[in-house]
Amino acid sequence: MNSTTRKIKVVLAKPGLDGHDQGAKVVVRAMLDAGFDVHYTGLRQSPQQVVDAALRHDADVIALSSMAGSHLPFCTRLKPMLEQAGLGDRLWVIGGNLPAQDHDALRELGFSGVFQTGSRLDAICDFIRANRS
Amino acid sequence: MKRDNPSPLVRPVRNESGIEIQPLYTAEDVAASGGLEMLGEPGAYPFTRGIHPLMYRKQPFTMRQYTGFGNAADTNRRFKFLIDNGQTGLNVAFDLPTQCGLDSDDAQAEGEVGRVGMAVDTLRDFETAFDGIDLDRITVSLTINGSAAILIAMYLAMAEKRGFDVRRLRGTAQNDILKEFIGRGTWVYPVGPSIRLVGDTIEYCAEHAPKYSPVSVCGYHIRESGATPTQEIAWGFCIARAYADEVIKRGVAVDEFAGRLSYNFNIFGNLFEQIAKFRAARGLWAKIMREEYGATQPGSMWMRMIAGGGGGGLTLEQPENNIVRGAYYALIAGLSGAQTMALCCYDEAYTIPSEYAQRLSLRTMQMLIEEMGLAETVDPLGGSYYVETLTNQMRSEMERIIADTDAAGGIVKLVADGTIQSRVSAQAYRMQRAIESGAFPKIGVNRYRSEREETHPVEMHPYRADDARAQVGALQRVRVERDAAAVARALDRVEADARSGVNLMPAIVEAVKAYASVGEITQRMVGVFGRYVEPIRFDHREEEAVS
Repeated sequence: MNSTTRKIKVVLAKPGLDGHDQGAKVVVRAMLDAGFDVHYTGLRQSPQQVVDAALRHDADVIALSSMAGSHLPFCTRLKPMLEQAGLGDRLWVIGGNLPAQDHDALRELGFSGVFQTGSRLDAICDFIRANRS
Repeated sequence: MKRDNPSPLVRPVRNESGIEIQPLYTAEDVAASGGLEMLGEPGAYPFTRGIHPLMYRKQPFTMRQYTGFGNAADTNRRFKFLIDNGQTGLNVAFDLPTQCGLDSDDAQAEGEVGRVGMAVDTLRDFETAFDGIDLDRITVSLTINGSAAILIAMYLAMAEKRGFDVRRLRGTAQNDILKEFIGRGTWVYPVGPSIRLVGDTIEYCAEHAPKYSPVSVCGYHIRESGATPTQEIAWGFCIARAYADEVIKRGVAVDEFAGRLSYNFNIFGNLFEQIAKFRAARGLWAKIMREEYGATQPGSMWMRMIAGGGGGGLTLEQPENNIVRGAYYALIAGLSGAQTMALCCYDEAYTIPSEYAQRLSLRTMQMLIEEMGLAETVDPLGGSYYVETLTNQMRSEMERIIADTDAAGGIVKLVADGTIQSRVSAQAYRMQRAIESGAFPKIGVNRYRSEREETHPVEMHPYRADDARAQVGALQRVRVERDAAAVARALDRVEADARSGVNLMPAIVEAVKAYASVGEITQRMVGVFGRYVEPIRFDHREEEAVS
């Protein structure tokens, strides 16, 4: 851990076609205030675009925001692509409208931080500080 | 308890729009805020009290719950359930591929077909979705934006095929693309061509389907994205003016189309602030249309609205509280003279609403009309010192925001460069912090939460991957069965007309009638117009929440 010398780099993406970005942008602002170096991708990211952004920015943390229910099919496609790109050792987190019944499946896919709507902003930032690779 | 002599025991209170709220209002407050100059009579300029003289006494608000999922047959069944339960209009939800102009077999549509709304690829889907529904009795609202021109064309073509006189066909399309750039995000083309397409639909409908409302300008989603109630109205009006300007510059007179512009506004938040917001907005829109645009027909000055939703006010925590919130929100819309109402269901923070939740929302609205006396008297809060003062103050604030927006270059520029998006997301961030700190009260979230919450499970709407596969199969069958030469000709015409700058609607209508798909038509236009690229900005970090 070299948290004092280097800012935590986060790539925060909006996967799939979901256009609800209010929550994602609120989380970006919280991360900026927490001193993280954040790259927000904008909407409509394919799994490949998420991988590319994470590589380009050498992300410590890959964060997704999903509000429209397609989190499981998307994350299922994304997982092997992130691993193949050598990003398996980075911290993967996801937030949004994520039904409780899907949380275990998301963790099994490698998303160790799962933040349901209503999660506190500081809880998200604290989790990232404590768990980043 | 006068403003210049406040009791030391009374803490200052400001509403979300930044207006200071007094513990007591008198006739002096009304006079100091501008008097009753903008009040008038219901059904007469400036329409502050309502756009019709008798309002709900003559016709109660239309009840139109937002519905759609799976394929057209699934959605048709839910439509009929709601109509059987007394619903008087339909408000169609489309899946994200349809909203983004993609066919169900597009790679980008994987996992999204039929998930958050009904999947539509071709006219065949509209024929199925509205089968057996009386389009004279039930008016239909299409919640569609990026691909609105195509779906409006499909709706008109479907009605024509069923023998309806399109000149008499009523209904509404959301078709407000500027707000999609601010919030909601189902854009396709860059800002310029997107506004042209809105202009094309308004111009086309004014000529061919004069009873159809081709645009419902949405302050709603701007508010959901973090705007205050006064910003919601002010920026909504700026957007409506941008569309009006686009049509007027083509030589269409304002009174030929302005009567078919409508609005969609939000109802969550402080009850009196929302009611004053709507009363203020009606007067202000009438004034803008008459004084700025020279409209002479009363219909051109009417701010007709669906007031509903309120998703931003609902909570995941203690979901049954949302049933009660929904009742208050419906009361707000009823006291505000909404033409149409839709209520978010209590389970919407979790899932696509169940039939049970949809029926509860419908019953909530029916109780207001049939048990609570909401339909009996027009503008029942008119004349209240508080409501009239706040109405005047809210209107002044809206006028100030419009003037500031114009002075900064206008709404189109401020959306294209991401200024508005950055402003509202900064405000949403501050609101989230205020909720987390408890400074902004939210029952069941930052107040009255127990260690061990008693939870009643919410029924989750199932996503059926089989339906998505069936949709892809149906699209592929249509592709085989249709007249390929007619489709090719129609798509070539779409591309040529996109390039030449003539109104695109006749070409799009021809294409949908030939069973060209949403994705095929969109692709041809993308080839000419390109795609929108989001301006991503996170400034406005120091600005005050209200300015």
